[in-house]
Amino acid sequence: MEKILIDLQVKKAIHTSGGNEILDVKIQIPQFGFVTVFGKSGVGKTTLLRIIAGLTRPDSGYLIVGDEVWFDSIKKINRKPQERNIGFVFQDYALFPNMTLKEHLLYARPQKEKKYVSELLDLFHLRGLCEKKPGKLSGGQQQRLAVARALARKPQILLLDEPLSAIDSETRTMLQSEIIQAHKTFHATTLLVSHDVSEVSRLSDFVYVIDKGTIISQGRPADIFNKPVYS
Amino acid sequence: MDVAFFQTFWISIKLATLTTIILFCTGIPIAYFLTYSAFRAKIILQALISVPLVLPPSVLGFYLLIAFSPNYFFGHFLDRYFDVRLAFSFAGILIGSIIFNLPFMVNSIQSGLSNLPVSLKDASYTLGKSRMTTLFRVLLPNIKPALFTGIFLTFAHTLGEFGVILMIGGNIPGKTRVASIAVYDEVQALNFDTANKYSVFLLLFSFFILLVVYSVNREFLKWKRF
Repeated sequence: MEKILIDLQVKKAIHTSGGNEILDVKIQIPQFGFVTVFGKSGVGKTTLLRIIAGLTRPDSGYLIVGDEVWFDSIKKINRKPQERNIGFVFQDYALFPNMTLKEHLLYARPQKEKKYVSELLDLFHLRGLCEKKPGKLSGGQQQRLAVARALARKPQILLLDEPLSAIDSETRTMLQSEIIQAHKTFHATTLLVSHDVSEVSRLSDFVYVIDKGTIISQGRPADIFNKPVYS
Repeated sequence: MDVAFFQTFWISIKLATLTTIILFCTGIPIAYFLTYSAFRAKIILQALISVPLVLPPSVLGFYLLIAFSPNYFFGHFLDRYFDVRLAFSFAGILIGSIIFNLPFMVNSIQSGLSNLPVSLKDASYTLGKSRMTTLFRVLLPNIKPALFTGIFLTFAHTLGEFGVILMIGGNIPGKTRVASIAVYDEVQALNFDTANKYSVFLLLFSFFILLVVYSVNREFLKWKRF
């Protein structure tokens, strides 16, 4: 049986385009798994990632990662984002305009591990772009840098917030392969947020479908997306 | 140009430099708090800081003069326990200048921070970086134009201050007499030539500072584009 790494049950009042909702979810993610939270825009997917990262505080519930409690509303435990070993790829990439590509990776790594930075540069085909700042990179290169930076910290959990939504389909296919390769190489348990059926089917091994703040179905992508509603 | 002329300008520049340095150091934490704090009553602090923008300088100067007077609590307290008298002193006009220029520095920095995507700060936190590291390595380097604007506007505005300084400091040569007050004083004495010298210098200096602000901002916009 697979070991559960993330055990999450939270409630949080959220403001969506459709009005006020209550995000009320319970999810479990196996260690080294690649799990997707699938749903339309504005149903609370990003909030869920932010809760795991410690950037948004839930109203109630708990978050247990391995044998550590990261959040517990009853015991009043709430670890700061800095104390959670995660990598977060933001939808807008959140690259720092003042830093070169290499400076991003050096800023993100915990210790002076030149070899690890070098490995990331090769995996994401970024070696020739070290001295460039984000403004001089293409959309695909920015996305690669965002993922490489998130991995530079050697995170236990990688959180991807619709990272490929602003990229053309050809580059997207290539980047999907790189994300799969990175997942295999760095063994980070990965949680992806997406509303793209083909992307979810290709990348993840388990899907939670979320709507109006609650999980409405869950299972393997093939089982979920073979239902008539998605075809 | 005589010694008094240079002495007056030296006091003006010393006042503007010290005001700018002190406000730069205090303006950053205040602007950070106003931008990112969830504290609801911060709006009161915001309004208090911006009061000098709409208040006649003479009103602020009047209340500070009252506060500094040994006949009232604060002035009496300073006089009795620290042997300090702020009315009609350089330290007094410096304090008045700091309060009067607070919105120019704080509002500039706050505007810079507010225009940055919140995700930059969040990204730095998720990389394990502390608030302090995030501020100095990510936030401040990306709001350089706002910092320059705050610095130059505060400096230029202090040089042009009149009402507050006249109320608190009077017009004591070599002590509290600054260039903007000297213009008024020389005109009162019908010394139009000397008043003109002060005025030309102030005019050119103000123009030069604004030129620097706009040039720096233009260069930064180019830098951001590439």
